[in-house]
Amino acid sequence: MKVKLTIWRQKNPDSKGQFITYPVDVVNGEMSMLECLDVLNETLMGRGEEPVAFEHDCREGICGSCGFMINGIAHGPLPATTVCQLTMRHFKDGDELVLEPWRSRSFPLVKDLVVDRRSFDRIIQAGGYVSVSTGNAPDGNAIPVGKEIADRAMDAAACIGCGACVAACPNGSAALFTGAKIAHLGILPQGKPEQDRRAVRMVAQMNVEGFGSCTNIGECTGVCPKEIPLEEIARMNRDYLLGAWRERGNVVTAIAPVTDWNFGEK
Amino acid sequence: MGKVTAMMNLDARIPTGPIEEAWDSARFEMKLVNPANKRRHSLIVVGSGLAGASASATLGELGYNVKCFCFQDSPRRAHSIAAQGGINAAKNYQNDGDSIYRLFYDTVKGGDFRAREGNVYRLAQNSVHIIDQCVAQGVPFAREYGGSLDNRSFGGAQVSRTFYARGQTGQQLLLGAYQALERQVDTGQVTMIPRTEMLDLVVIDGQARGIVARNLITGKLTVHLAEAVILATGGYGNVYYLSTNAKGSNATAIWRAHRRGALFANPCFTQIHPTCIPVSGDYQSKLTLMSESLRNDGRIWVPKQKGDKRPPNEIPEDERDYYLERRYPSFGNLVPRDVASRNAKAICDEGRGVGETGLGVYLDLSDAIARLGVETIRERYGNLFDMYQRITDEDPYKVPMRIYPAIHYTMGGLWVDYQLQSNVPGLFVLGEANFSDHGANRLGASALMQGLSDGYFIIPYTVGNYLASTKLSKVTASHPEAQAALASTQQGVAKLLAIRGKRTVDSFHRELGKIMWDDCGMSRNAAGLKEAIGKIRALREEFWQNLNVTGSGDDLNQSLEKAGRVADFLELGELLCIDALERNESCGGHFREEYQTPDGEAQRDDEHFSYVAAWGYTGAGKPWDLTKEPLEFAYVHPSQRSYK
Ligand SMILES: Cc1cc2nc3c(=O)[nH]c(=O)nc-3n(C[C@H](O)[C@H](O)[C@H](O)COP(=O)(O)OP(=O)(O)OC[C@H]3O[C@@H](n4cnc5c(N)ncnc54)[C@H](O)[C@@H]3O)c2cc1C
Ligand code: SF4
Ligand code: FES
Repeated sequence: MKVKLTIWRQKNPDSKGQFITYPVDVVNGEMSMLECLDVLNETLMGRGEEPVAFEHDCREGICGSCGFMINGIAHGPLPATTVCQLTMRHFKDGDELVLEPWRSRSFPLVKDLVVDRRSFDRIIQAGGYVSVSTGNAPDGNAIPVGKEIADRAMDAAACIGCGACVAACPNGSAALFTGAKIAHLGILPQGKPEQDRRAVRMVAQMNVEGFGSCTNIGECTGVCPKEIPLEEIARMNRDYLLGAWRERGNVVTAIAPVTDWNFGEK
Repeated sequence: MGKVTAMMNLDARIPTGPIEEAWDSARFEMKLVNPANKRRHSLIVVGSGLAGASASATLGELGYNVKCFCFQDSPRRAHSIAAQGGINAAKNYQNDGDSIYRLFYDTVKGGDFRAREGNVYRLAQNSVHIIDQCVAQGVPFAREYGGSLDNRSFGGAQVSRTFYARGQTGQQLLLGAYQALERQVDTGQVTMIPRTEMLDLVVIDGQARGIVARNLITGKLTVHLAEAVILATGGYGNVYYLSTNAKGSNATAIWRAHRRGALFANPCFTQIHPTCIPVSGDYQSKLTLMSESLRNDGRIWVPKQKGDKRPPNEIPEDERDYYLERRYPSFGNLVPRDVASRNAKAICDEGRGVGETGLGVYLDLSDAIARLGVETIRERYGNLFDMYQRITDEDPYKVPMRIYPAIHYTMGGLWVDYQLQSNVPGLFVLGEANFSDHGANRLGASALMQGLSDGYFIIPYTVGNYLASTKLSKVTASHPEAQAALASTQQGVAKLLAIRGKRTVDSFHRELGKIMWDDCGMSRNAAGLKEAIGKIRALREEFWQNLNVTGSGDDLNQSLEKAGRVADFLELGELLCIDALERNESCGGHFREEYQTPDGEAQRDDEHFSYVAAWGYTGAGKPWDLTKEPLEFAYVHPSQRSYK
């Protein structure tokens, strides 16, 4: 079978991008979307052209590296599936697929389908952890955690940080990603002591990064490869309101967003 | 000259005295860094997987200035994220007879008596602290209804000591370590440098003092200096091209350190996982693991008749060969990974493999489905079945799964002593990148344990000891050795871009992988290995004549990144075969066809090969130097493994 891939090509943030269409032979249905791009890239390099830059690593749907829009849908048409796990049998001969990078103010473009998602790391830096240094821990069974609670925490903790939720949201909100972490840690007894501070700082950081606000549209959960539920956003809002009240008067320190790649060097 | 050469006797610095007290007494003897002085010390950690992230976070907590590097866009994406099954710990929460000693014993035996007892004992001791630490960080381990931690048995272990978080244990452990790391980034103790690849080690006055790294976005090469360098860059399974490893996993950091004098130990100890989804075509980019836990309820079989093309459901019971149950009546389908893999290969070599390519065997859960019901099976393996169906479009509830072995893990790596320091002073190596604890075969759920033991609980002590007891001169990036390393790295990158030949990096990588898999994979023999060495040398020659890397060196260029890694694999592949050829015995994952028992099992030769093979680099195209570190077993007496 043959498909046409219309791909956003842009050499760097400063250059002008454009769509270019490439025909690709699909060997069999077991081939993944990324393997299709591999095949295309081999052809491009054979012609002396630059291959399409795209991110990937595990190719098992767990590292969160991969992701782009396929015909306007983040990670493509199959629910709960990253592009690395999207097999070509879901398309048919002659299909035309438009591949575009995540578009968000807070994910500046790097090249072709690659964007900069360091804003997510900074949201975690702002409190997405339990402050327990190595060596400080009590026995693992010292604090019982009910199965239902552990399962709920695990549901939220399954987020892979891919950014599809942001790309799908008309407001470019990072509420699902941030909410998932606030929920994961807030549900567990280990995360309780820092619940207020965490919610306040993480939400503040989300705003500093320029992510839009959540208006409950729900596109995010629809494209989320891990099916993180909207419930996590509700939990975030609750923790935030409560936290903002209880932490009032405390200064909230935000982390300065960095968009260059110099790592503090000239 | 920016390199450590003179090879003396290898001193592994294993503490003497009773093994139970060895780590305690070693810690007591270590020199401490005054707390006020810690912030004056700078450390480089390369890698942000379980080993690197846990080390960076802990060293940051202690007050050191840490720079942590990874090549992905975020430290959270390290290959550790993909581990599924679980992590072992000798907690004995199940009261089923586990103990630190038993975990130690199982690991030494499972490694086929090719690991150091002292290291393994310490690993078993640390295992219990790891679970505590991870729970405190908020890792959502599976729980019982009563609220206590749940365990399962894994990889044929006779006790339930494996802790897990659904099928995503690696993800949750890594996120715990990643979050601890980001906390230190927030406090300013750790500077995280993602999308940056280490391409050389800077050695000054015989001490590791820094790295040369390439910014993958700008292409800029920079010298980063520190007082010690810690490599936690993962394994080298991708030398086989197709493996269960992440696509980016590579050997470049450890290989470039090897070229600067660090010894490479036991490269031929590679692990092949028996239950992976078979290859479906030439375009295939990686192999997907199906968790080992499936073997708890699945039966493995092939048709008795060669070339039997009937669909599995039409093959009657008496025309099926349940070969593992037949050959290993007591362990059956639960034999260790190496044994299961070798048998699958042998069956397919006979022409009895299944599927379009003939390289597959059935893993059949229909008996278990009949016995326990679909619902129970769905609860146990639902996510695995979904994954299988997603890839193959076959419904494993109705049709037996097809599986085939694949490269999964590398036990070999840079040589380290008990302090996890390589033979290059100031160069420490953690996690899968070192060779330390698994001998010739790693047990399931033990890699995560080792990575975190190294990072959370060993390196914080041993690097402090090094800093407190070593005289380090002040150096700057303008030091001639640093500048020389920078210049040679620059030339290396330029050379790859200048070839402008006809073949892509992937085509070389695939060809190398095929040589490695055919001649140095599940079973090896002297003739094949010699041939492979010749083929690899020829391929390497062609690589440097005929490689085609498009684009430039001053922006994001993923094929240039790959080219550097494949260039290193082309050298490492040769050493792997040389090591396999030198080791005239079969042990663990290393099966030499010439050395087997009359009934086809691995035949170890303790009299001649009870040692760690540590290889020293002597120059491009020159033979490697072999140094042997003898292994002694005072606690677990070497015996022939038998699973009959
Ligand atoms: C599919 C799968 C399932 C597994 N399941 C289990 C399991 O259930 N239980 C278990 O115990 N083990 C399991 N393992 C093994 C285990 O996951 C790994 O051995 C372990 O995670 C390795 O961790 P690490 O920290 O040493 O390295 P990695 O996690 O591989 O991290 C390497 C790090 O080094 C960085 N890096 C590499 N090279 C460079 C360079 N040149 N410059 C800069 N940075 C670099 C990378 O960016 C990354 O951050 C599994 C492995 C696979 C493949
Ligand atoms: S919430 Fe879902 S879509 Fe958003 S980053 Fe996490 S996994 Fe990706
Ligand atoms: S490549 Fe890791 S999630 Fe797709």
